[in-house]
Amino acid sequence: MKTTTLIAAALVALSAPAAFAQDGGLVGSVSDESEWQDLGIAIPAFPAQQDVATAAAPKTTGALGVELARIITADLKNNGLFKPVGPDALPRISFGEATNPQFPRWQSMGSEMLVHGFVKAAANEQLTVGCYLYDVQLQTELVREGYVVSPADWRRAAHKCADLVYSRLSGEDPFFDSKIAYIAESGPKGNRRKRLAIMDSDGANHRFITSGTSTALTPRYSPDYSKIAYLSYSDGNPRIYVYDVNSGRQHLVADTGSTTFAPRWSPDGKWILYSMAIGGNTDIYRVSSAGGGRPVKLTSSPGIDIGGSYSPDGSKIVFESDRSGSQQIYVMDADGGNQKRVSFFGGRAATPEWSPRGDQIAFTHIAGNFRIATMTPGGGNLRNLTDAWQDEAPTWSPNGRIIQFFRTERNSGETSLWQVDLTGRHLRKLDTPENASDPSWGPVRP
Amino acid sequence: MSILRNRTIAPIILIAAGSLALGACKTTPKELPPEPTQTPAPTGGMDTVNGIVPGSQADFLAKVSSDTVYFDTDESNIDSADMATLQSQAQWLMQFTNKRITIEGHCDERGTREYNLALGERRANAAKNYLVGLGIDASRISTLSYGKERPKAMGSNEGAWAQNRRAVTVTVQ
Repeated sequence: MKTTTLIAAALVALSAPAAFAQDGGLVGSVSDESEWQDLGIAIPAFPAQQDVATAAAPKTTGALGVELARIITADLKNNGLFKPVGPDALPRISFGEATNPQFPRWQSMGSEMLVHGFVKAAANEQLTVGCYLYDVQLQTELVREGYVVSPADWRRAAHKCADLVYSRLSGEDPFFDSKIAYIAESGPKGNRRKRLAIMDSDGANHRFITSGTSTALTPRYSPDYSKIAYLSYSDGNPRIYVYDVNSGRQHLVADTGSTTFAPRWSPDGKWILYSMAIGGNTDIYRVSSAGGGRPVKLTSSPGIDIGGSYSPDGSKIVFESDRSGSQQIYVMDADGGNQKRVSFFGGRAATPEWSPRGDQIAFTHIAGNFRIATMTPGGGNLRNLTDAWQDEAPTWSPNGRIIQFFRTERNSGETSLWQVDLTGRHLRKLDTPENASDPSWGPVRP
Repeated sequence: MSILRNRTIAPIILIAAGSLALGACKTTPKELPPEPTQTPAPTGGMDTVNGIVPGSQADFLAKVSSDTVYFDTDESNIDSADMATLQSQAQWLMQFTNKRITIEGHCDERGTREYNLALGERRANAAKNYLVGLGIDASRISTLSYGKERPKAMGSNEGAWAQNRRAVTVTVQ
């Protein structure tokens, strides 16, 4: 009964509606999550109705069921959220047990929560995956979902199931079924090869998009994952291109002959913000992502106005400017009106990114070291989440609970992707094939 | 920083009467500009001196006091040492009026990536504007920012960063 009480308390705390603060920004509480994070979750292999061949990578539905349970375990474990026990340390279950769990067996093993599932071959080479979450103490089903996936997308079924478990136990929105674009780095510090690359949120399905013959920087996935806006020196000059993931073609976001950089998408994908330098003066512009139409200039200060991240409702933009003499963070209306500085604390503040929940701004706080920090959209409640020599360029998880960024090592210039949760307690390095920088985390996949 | 500033500055020729006055108005020079010297007779088309083709990148590097000007942290102002360097570059450009240049702006690693792209652009333009002020046609000068992507000195210390905060003039050949 103890377990149930704890979960109930956690759910109440975490699902409390965000309140408007006096400065006009949304604030969300950062609650103590340690109690539900200590939950013991057993995730045995998902049994297959019949062990038959599949075009998915594990080759048979039986092997795929084991892999699904491993992926779910890794998702829940690697993000420091729970303490799951995976299929390699657990007994196998029969196909029928997926919907009829043997609670006494799991109770005696000390499990508090139980994830079951199954795999079935469906028509047209598709796969059906079932996912069930049970409370072992209550001996009851908490939630279930089923997924039909193509063999190429088989890992998504595991991420969807992990999302279901995470959401039901934490009260938070899902985030595992999402992708990351970033820059893969290799070679000497003075002449790095920088390639555009993409991967799933757990690092799987990794793919290099560009060859590295020209430097690529600062990618941003479109909200529907069909395009990536990024900076490339492919014609010798820094220019933003919009790369179409399906066709492999790309076009200039603005054919102006000037330096363009710092691309950003609006939440509805209709607009792209970019920064353009003319005569040493940089301003922020907005252009239709569909192409055509005149770019609209949103800032006009005689300094560097750069970047820009939309609030989730698309009504406001947080951006960076040195108009006051050093890099600081400003908020404006989406049409460029009401520009107002919001960062008033020691040091410089750069690369602001609005949380998908709307309640926080993540940014790079430069005061001696470069730290990943958060504040409210009104500039209050400054919190430094990391403390290394150089951490920069935060990007939010789709549910606004985790921030990814990249870390640069002093002298060597080695770079790597990291993530930290909003408590600052769960910090971890991501595995990438090469050095890595400029992460951009996309939304939960449709 | 001081080591860089004290490098030998080759004698320069006054190109425009106003150029030194312009510099003097902006800031007090740390050292007096060198004495004017005689303008050498322009060399003919393909004549070479020590194997260097006049008007080539090698010729540019041989004749200017430096191809690089340096900046303070998060700054893009042209100081007196930069002025002397750019005056020598302007002199070369006056001699080879059919040549174009690209000024590459760079930053040290202690800045965020996108801001450094903008800052590098601002630095390259500061150098360009000074050359234009000396009478070089703006259409002959393009700018290119590398931000912090192409450091020259690899260390993570103030000495290395001072060398990396720079604008480098490259002739278009």
